[in-house]
Amino acid sequence: MYTEEMLESIKKVEATREARLGATLRRMTAEEKEAVLKAFHPDYKEEGFTTLKVGPNKGEKVPVELAAMLEGKSRVLGKNIDLENPDYDVDVLVIGGGGAGSSAAIEANEAGANVIIVTKLRIGDANTMMAEGGIQAADKPNDSPARHYLDAFGGGHFAAKPELLRKLVMDGPECIKWLNDLGVEFDKEPDGTMITTHGGGTSRKRMHAAKDYSGAEIMRTLRDEVLNRQIPVVDFTAAIELIKDDEGKVAGAVLLNMETDEILVARAKTVIIATGGAGRMHYQGFPTSNHYGATADGLVLAYRVGAKLLYQDTLQYHPTGAAYPSQIFGALVTEKVRSLGAQLVNAEGEAFMNPLETRDVSASSIIRECKERGKGVKSPTGEGVWLDTPMIEAIGGEGTIEKRIPAMMRMFATYGIDIRKQPILVYPTLHYQNGGVDISADGMSGIENLFVAGEAVGGIHGRNRLMGNSLLDVVVFGRNAGKNAAAKSKGVKVGKLTLKHVEEFEKEIENNIGIPEKLSPMLLPSYARKNG
Amino acid sequence: MEKHVDIFLYGKKYGVPESLTIMGAMEYAGYRLVRGCGCRNGFCGACATIYRIKGKQELHACLACQTQVQEGMYIATLPFFPLVKQVYDINKVKPTEQIMMQLYPEIYACVGCNACTKACTQGLNVMQYIAYAQRGEYAKCAEESFDCIMCGVCSSRCPAGISHPQVAILARRLNGKYIEPESEHLLERVKEIAEGGYDKLIEEVMNKPLGEIKELYNTRDIEK
Repeated sequence: MYTEEMLESIKKVEATREARLGATLRRMTAEEKEAVLKAFHPDYKEEGFTTLKVGPNKGEKVPVELAAMLEGKSRVLGKNIDLENPDYDVDVLVIGGGGAGSSAAIEANEAGANVIIVTKLRIGDANTMMAEGGIQAADKPNDSPARHYLDAFGGGHFAAKPELLRKLVMDGPECIKWLNDLGVEFDKEPDGTMITTHGGGTSRKRMHAAKDYSGAEIMRTLRDEVLNRQIPVVDFTAAIELIKDDEGKVAGAVLLNMETDEILVARAKTVIIATGGAGRMHYQGFPTSNHYGATADGLVLAYRVGAKLLYQDTLQYHPTGAAYPSQIFGALVTEKVRSLGAQLVNAEGEAFMNPLETRDVSASSIIRECKERGKGVKSPTGEGVWLDTPMIEAIGGEGTIEKRIPAMMRMFATYGIDIRKQPILVYPTLHYQNGGVDISADGMSGIENLFVAGEAVGGIHGRNRLMGNSLLDVVVFGRNAGKNAAAKSKGVKVGKLTLKHVEEFEKEIENNIGIPEKLSPMLLPSYARKNG
Repeated sequence: MEKHVDIFLYGKKYGVPESLTIMGAMEYAGYRLVRGCGCRNGFCGACATIYRIKGKQELHACLACQTQVQEGMYIATLPFFPLVKQVYDINKVKPTEQIMMQLYPEIYACVGCNACTKACTQGLNVMQYIAYAQRGEYAKCAEESFDCIMCGVCSSRCPAGISHPQVAILARRLNGKYIEPESEHLLERVKEIAEGGYDKLIEEVMNKPLGEIKELYNTRDIEK
């Protein structure tokens, strides 16, 4: 499947493999990391960003594509929407059917609340389903939540909100137990010891996994549990605006049937935004590892009711997106491939960095190798560096790849590449929205009765996230939001519903920027070729 | 210009670049997908698709996002299939043979035609995992079915009306919860945290001045 030129480079990779197997690769110093980030990380590329002119984060930096949505045109204005006779009337409305939304719904149901999930695709069509590598939790004797905290705090450039990060690491082991009790099959030794590995930036091996279907295994189990509890799931239905009551508290959402364009109204005592990430916004033109619906909807909805965002200017580019062949361009190659021993190698066969630096540092180093040093491997789809997968079997023995990363083996085998025998070409891909809605430790945003969980939250991880901390985050903060939203709903008396805030926000846009053109939220990217 | 191939989407002919996946080809043809498109990376099962090559007999099943187009492909997507999902309480069921008999008795009507296995988009031995489920061998059923993405093509081909993916996820949950050994270190840590055993340690780290936290981070020992 590889071109002649690529095969020539593979020969160089093979020639150095033996020597590289024995060598220990140095970690970068704090100064070296900072230098490579400033020079090559897309977050530092000025032309990718603009300044918000309206709303709670007015004056702050944000990706241009996100600004167009946050300051975009509402889908509800000018429509005749009957707020007096809601189609759904519930205690807790969960928007989003991924890992966070499902965890939230299960806990709200457990607490006795009347809860529904609305999701614009199907339950489980989410980034959670695609998380391959694993989930962190400090449950080994040589580890502690304090160590987990330090790893994540440092990895996120000391920017995480301490009370959120504390919750993440302290609730970690209990969440693993909760998942295991639901029937999630973690990789274990015969005596029950969890098989754990490193991720980039971890100081202890605390990455739990279910082969390389970790997220899929968690997501399908959560989905099955939602269905067992008979929690109503309204699928192919997007939330397009939040509704407030006359006291300014969030009290529901306007919904759009994605197939029939029918508008529906849900009234709720509390609302949980669990809409996930934004990879399909293709910031700075990057490909993405995200699912089809990752378009930052939740950020737009929350922003229009006045909720503040945090770190909306920082994105995570996963260092190892597939760079070849074209059919899987941008797809995720799990970090677990590096955890198991594969090195990042340039066109000359040189291992140019320790493969387990944090994601932002790794991604920046790969970009430097290609753009500055000219040692990238040219391919028909662009360029990239090698991820030397045959090393995994040299270290772990024959059969390791099939047993530990079967999804990766399958993905490349489809295109005639046997990753046990040949390395694979990788380049950074847009992977994760580090920023999002600012919440407190109870999961609530700055706006009364609006909770947020999962990737739509900002501040849990700071300005960069470690591998395995987002699967943990969706479960910890999903459950937390579900419990707290259910408890809160008991004391809520919903007033008269209104969309006045949407009109006011649009007026502010008109006064400060002009009449908005782009409809927002985006809901789905437009990949259909325009004909004529 | 890249070489084009002719494919047939729901019977209608389109010329598309030969490097595209079926999903990419549909979008190239102008379809704006809502159904039948999820993760676009082979994990969610939204884009189950069946096709036949013009002039050939054999029916193939695949994921539209993971399969390259070929000349003469007749394509129909299967964005939804009515699987039967039985409701149960995971805390009350037990990993015995009875539970399958109770919830999914139709698995015992399997006629052994192997159409499920032939149709699997993940290349799994579906009939074999159903056989394990029939015998109450849930650990084996779980292992054999592990890569299932629940696209439902197997069930669409089953003359006995079995909902294979739902049988498999029941087996996996039983295995994960009841059959696999418990993790003592996990239970121990959960208990320690609940008793407040780590409160002081984490507060010590959190309350340090930023300079000291940075020093601590940059000099921490990393497990080999």
